[in-house]
Amino acid sequence: MVGPASAFTAYVSNEKDNTLSVIDTSEWQVVKTIKVGQRPRGIAYTKDQKFVLVAVGDDDTIQMIDTRTNIDIARRAQVGDVQVGVEPEGMGISPDGKILVNTSETTNMAHFVDTATRKVVASVLVDARPRFATFKEDGSELWVSSEVGGTVSIIDPAKRKVKQKIAFKIAGMRPEPIQPVGINITRDGKTGFVALGPSNHVAVVDGMTHQVTKYLLVGQRVWHMAFTPDEKYLLTTNGVSNDVSIIDVPALKVINTIQVGQQPWGITMSDR
Amino acid sequence: MIRVTLAAASMLAATSALSAGDSLIVKIGYLGRVERMETISLLEQPTSDNGVAGAQLAIEDNNTTGKFLNQSFSLEAARLKGSDDPVAAAIQLADRGVSLILLDLPADMLLKIADVGRARGLLLFNVGAADDQLRQEDCRPDVIHVAPSRSMLADGLAQYLVWKRWRRWLLVVGSHDPDKLYADALRRAAGRFGAKIVQERVFQDTGGARRTDSGLVQTQSQIPPFTQSAPDYEVLIAADESQVFASYLPYRTHDPRPVAGSAGLVPTSWHASLDQWGAIQLQDRFRRLFSRRMTALDMQAWTAIRMIGEAAARVNSADSKNVFDYMKGPDFAVAAFKGRKLTVRDWDLQLRQPILLTDGRVIVSVSPQEGFLHQFSELDTLGIDRPETKCRLK
Repeated sequence: MVGPASAFTAYVSNEKDNTLSVIDTSEWQVVKTIKVGQRPRGIAYTKDQKFVLVAVGDDDTIQMIDTRTNIDIARRAQVGDVQVGVEPEGMGISPDGKILVNTSETTNMAHFVDTATRKVVASVLVDARPRFATFKEDGSELWVSSEVGGTVSIIDPAKRKVKQKIAFKIAGMRPEPIQPVGINITRDGKTGFVALGPSNHVAVVDGMTHQVTKYLLVGQRVWHMAFTPDEKYLLTTNGVSNDVSIIDVPALKVINTIQVGQQPWGITMSDR
Repeated sequence: MIRVTLAAASMLAATSALSAGDSLIVKIGYLGRVERMETISLLEQPTSDNGVAGAQLAIEDNNTTGKFLNQSFSLEAARLKGSDDPVAAAIQLADRGVSLILLDLPADMLLKIADVGRARGLLLFNVGAADDQLRQEDCRPDVIHVAPSRSMLADGLAQYLVWKRWRRWLLVVGSHDPDKLYADALRRAAGRFGAKIVQERVFQDTGGARRTDSGLVQTQSQIPPFTQSAPDYEVLIAADESQVFASYLPYRTHDPRPVAGSAGLVPTSWHASLDQWGAIQLQDRFRRLFSRRMTALDMQAWTAIRMIGEAAARVNSADSKNVFDYMKGPDFAVAAFKGRKLTVRDWDLQLRQPILLTDGRVIVSVSPQEGFLHQFSELDTLGIDRPETKCRLK
């Protein structure tokens, strides 16, 4: 039974369809589908909530969707670049905005980029094929997922060193499909959720001890997730089953599934 | 040689950990023959940089990573022509301080180099020879096999055909030794996974020019009677590494049947059409550099050099022995765009890997197939497994 939520809006990028599915969290339904460019993946709201930025990879562009009209209003031009490792993907910005962490998939590193100088100031080696990086809200930890390595590295952002690694074990499942990608940590830093790819599970991790406390079964090939602003719900994109799972966060249960477009990849949630 | 003691804690590498200015250089060699192999299809004709190009791309990728670790990688590639002595070339590399060497050579040459290399501390990567014998009786502790063996390729194909329920096979074997070795592997795979070879036929190589004007007219009339009157079968499996007949079979068999093996549905370590698991990034990088498609040999060479790069990053050392030993150890793994980590089998030093099945244009499937179980790793359902090995390393 799904409890009522306030009416937040989530945008899901559907990699294969070249569309975005817009979900109304009070109805748990797709209320609109927007056509975008080729191969939409990375997606995020601007802080002022006016735009949703979506990377349309096969067009080599970032599209800006006006959130009031849901119309693509601009394509942004590049202003500069930073040399990082091979195949950069994950991008995590520090809470104070001073450091941007980029992960490079084949170089297996998390690069710390000073956002003022746009220079790499440190690089930390992690396990194979890092995909995602995120800071805790208080800036005390940086979590980086290694998809092929099968671990999440907990990095001390001040020392820029790995202090611990989380490994995952799902009963009755081979280790190979356990491939961490997206990570979402509650604002209080107490609980982390890790999407484990083709194992079709999300791991619930104690934010202090870094122990896995539970595994939640969602759809197929779960990669990215987003909280509702009240953190009551966590939505996951399941790329192979073409749906989004809704996790009731306090209860730690999967309560619903919404069908979206083909091969959903990313998701971003309004803050109001 | 700069030796760095391993800290037990973990493989960390903040740039501040290394003193400025002492860049560790890892030299890697590549020995391959430039031999023009006549393929039936013009599209499959290898370029003269086949293999080496993959190696060069991996050196670039390693150097991008290496920038952050104060490591740099260099490649010394020797393309050997008919009269060149590969053993002499290997010794020359050793004398120039290159001990990590990729070999794209026939098995007997590889073993000669391994034999003389022993005393010189050569550490070898087999990127081209598929002989199961090299992983079995002729295994060596200083040879890591990156190329898949014939048994791995045959097992990958057989698993898919059995999954598909196409279990009745007509096996057509060429008259040369490599063809017969491939047939051996295919027979083993059939027995292993439950396919039945209903009949075997030999396609004799009677020599003559490979390419002629209007040859098409003749193959059209020759292939149907050659494949006629077989017991009821579902797939024609062709073992034709020598490129004499297999590509002529599809759509010409007497009965309408799919072809697999050396033509039709082909098992391979890599194909230019693979776009899954981030592979398109590698395919694009390769194409931008070399203006052509990436072959299996290119990828085998790329993987070997990436393995070296990965090991060097983890042990934070340019010492060849440290690097090679780490690769043989339990902590080593490499990502190679096939959706899971690749590791080295400790019983015969074969790199475990998924096998792609391609029709030459797309990837039809990837083995191991669902349902083929294994107590340790499903990748070990492909090739020679630990309990079966005849390899005694040392």
